[in-house]
Amino acid sequence: MRGFAKAFAGAVLAAGLVLGSGAQANNFRMGFQGNLNTLDPYTINETFTVAFLGNVYEGLTRRAPNLDIIPGLAERWEILEGARLWRFHLRRGVTFAGGEPFTADDVLFSAARVRGETSDLRARIPNGAEFVKVDDFTVDVRLPAPNPILISDWDTWLIMSKTWAERNSATEAVSSRATQPGFSTLNANGTGPFVVQSHQPGVRTVLAPNPRWWNDANKQHNLTQVTFTPILNDATRVAALLSGEVDWIDPVPVQDMDRVNANPTTQVLAGPETRTIYLGFDQRRDTLLAPAEIPPAPAGAAARTSTNPFKDVRVRRALYQAIDVNLIVQRVMRGQARASALMIDPNLFARHGAEFQRFPLDVAAAERLLDEAGYPRIAAFRNNSRFSVGMDCPNDRYVNDAAICQAVIAMLARVGVHITPIIQPRAQYFAKILAGGGYNTNFYLLGWTPGTNDSHNVLLQLHGCRDDRGSGGVGVANVGGYCSQAVDALTTRILSEANPVVRDGLIRDAFVISQNQDVSHIPLHQQALAWGVNRRVTMAQRPDNVFMFYHVMMR
Amino acid sequence: MQHVEPSIPKAGQPGPRASALSRFFDSDLWYSFTRSKVTMLAGFVTLLYALGALLAPWIAPNDPYDLTKLTLWNSNLPPMWLAQGNPEFPLGTDDQGRCVLSTILYGLRISLGVGISAVAISGVIGIALGLISGYVGGRLDAIIMRIADVQLAFPAILIALFVDGTLRGMFPNAAREASAFWILVIALTLAFWVQYARTVRGSTIVEKNREYVQAARVIGLSSFTIMRRHVLPNVLGPVLVIATINLGLAVLTEATLSFLGVGFPPTEPSLGAMIQIGSRFLFSGEWWITLFPGIALAVLVLAINMLGDWLRDALNPKLR
Repeated sequence: MRGFAKAFAGAVLAAGLVLGSGAQANNFRMGFQGNLNTLDPYTINETFTVAFLGNVYEGLTRRAPNLDIIPGLAERWEILEGARLWRFHLRRGVTFAGGEPFTADDVLFSAARVRGETSDLRARIPNGAEFVKVDDFTVDVRLPAPNPILISDWDTWLIMSKTWAERNSATEAVSSRATQPGFSTLNANGTGPFVVQSHQPGVRTVLAPNPRWWNDANKQHNLTQVTFTPILNDATRVAALLSGEVDWIDPVPVQDMDRVNANPTTQVLAGPETRTIYLGFDQRRDTLLAPAEIPPAPAGAAARTSTNPFKDVRVRRALYQAIDVNLIVQRVMRGQARASALMIDPNLFARHGAEFQRFPLDVAAAERLLDEAGYPRIAAFRNNSRFSVGMDCPNDRYVNDAAICQAVIAMLARVGVHITPIIQPRAQYFAKILAGGGYNTNFYLLGWTPGTNDSHNVLLQLHGCRDDRGSGGVGVANVGGYCSQAVDALTTRILSEANPVVRDGLIRDAFVISQNQDVSHIPLHQQALAWGVNRRVTMAQRPDNVFMFYHVMMR
Repeated sequence: MQHVEPSIPKAGQPGPRASALSRFFDSDLWYSFTRSKVTMLAGFVTLLYALGALLAPWIAPNDPYDLTKLTLWNSNLPPMWLAQGNPEFPLGTDDQGRCVLSTILYGLRISLGVGISAVAISGVIGIALGLISGYVGGRLDAIIMRIADVQLAFPAILIALFVDGTLRGMFPNAAREASAFWILVIALTLAFWVQYARTVRGSTIVEKNREYVQAARVIGLSSFTIMRRHVLPNVLGPVLVIATINLGLAVLTEATLSFLGVGFPPTEPSLGAMIQIGSRFLFSGEWWITLFPGIALAVLVLAINMLGDWLRDALNPKLR
């Protein structure tokens, strides 16, 4: 018996030695709640897609796990002429996965491509910025106004190869609304630490390490493969993690966190996320879209200001006060979220918590405001309702997104606002409500993480006055079309203001107008970040939910 | 075949109706029904479901589709006999605070409504096409049957998804709430008519060469009259069996489609949608959201299928 035990122990040891000898295959298997719909890094400005592609492509800058900006494809940069001129010195000797050398031409090409009509990331480059090639490895960016935070979201402006794009007629970004995939939707060619080995949309995407990565010598991962699989159903995703079928899932459903932590081989990596979940209204159209129904005002009702109820601040405020966000946080999110008074995380704007409060929940006040705005209850209309409007909602993007929408719909029904849910997977959802789909929505739920970790991004992209197509990048994600000249003026000043105290004051002023006076949006909460991971994996979790595989180690 | 005396009953006269009923109770069908306890149980269960669906607005403890009465405070409550259970919600609540029992009852209205409508409409279409195909024959027969062949190559679910997708594209989110019922009915009708058409066609080909049909032809009756008055009553037996079994299948397909998120809006979950909602909470121990609707669905389909089995045996002359 002892002899057998010895032999057995020896065999185990030998097996361990073989496994530990470096020939180990570390296939990092990911299960995400949605599909990877495109490999084109300019199709959609969505954290998940851009972050995933950030492992294949690279920007001029990168961010460290603590979100510090560090050099990427640009080795260093100089800020000249009072932040009106930025000079980038590009990294030499970098090649794309396809073998094309990386030069200034690729930067100029990527800048033109990302500013194109079909790109959803137009706001990465400010209006009027001019890219000048000084030599093959130096690029100047000349700006019409001082901009000290130019590069704060350039870690997710990914650089593409000019020759590759021209050879494959991919010089224009594939629109999120395109019905035909372009070459760049299905193929990728970046300078990053990983290359796409195979990509079957909606089924599986396999990445392999790029042995020619310029930083390969200093790499901090030991992966030999990354396999991405969409697992849409919550329970299936958790089961896959518990059984060891995948090594990482996002998100862990809030109801299953205890279960994942109780399992000896898995754990929840939780942390605050800088994403704000909010509701938005269409404040631009004069007539709402189908399936909205606005019955004519009955005799004796107060005069209406517009045929679009959302143009009236009283209606917006009424909806705000009818929604019990604490109940949503407590029941739908099971405490894994924090109610928010502003469109930005308190961690990113210090005066948020101290100076801003949510409007209190007050159903009676909401009913009164709706009456005053000229939308009384009509007994014959949809069971004693005031008006009816469609609500767009994703069901595979944010934690419990569809459940939040349903809860909101029930809460609004109580004040007589009838909502028709239009709940879709995020590919169709984004294609409909964002610029690519002509902002085709009246009422929607969306989440936003400022790529710059700064309020200016929120004020510019979610509040800036836009035209019908969101051209130029200002207000590109301002789906509801809120517009205030005063906020826009403050946003412009915030960009160039160097004194942090003055700057915070300006930001405060802008939010007082947009949130407290105009009720431009209904901020709901910041959700908690919850990844489920196998315990044999160690990784860095960034609060912006950008996931870099070169920070993953497997045992 | 049976020659009915030309004593046409006058409206309102009680006699013939009672005799029709008594004829039913005298029939082989009723006899075989009373001989099988299992069949009687299945019949009783089906009746119970039908009553539950019909009377849902009166007997359900809550109205799960009335959003003004939903509150998250009641979300994820366990059944009443467990700790924290609430007698107001006998089988517990789902993640939006909907009463599971009430949703089952209201969901049955959808399931049975869609099922019965689909079976009825596909029956009418299938029987008509089958009769024409079998009686007329020739090129028309070939065309109808080739269409049926093509149709048979696609599974019901695929057709239903296709119909839903097409209609969704044609009427983008507009009247979807109101049309959800008919989308499901159309989808199921398209999937089910073939079986009727094929069966009826086969029987019609057999019947049309019988003497009574030839006699009818000789006295100069029109084809339509012959088909309706003489052929149709004699091919209905198998149709009845198919209809019963298809009802169970239709209920199941409706549930599957709802489970996949096709059909009714999420604010009006039917049985399948309820099972889908609950499946997300299976790991966290909130089993009642998915289990009770699942049992309800399984028992209903089982009961209907048992009735179908009995009908098949009872109408099969070889088994008498």
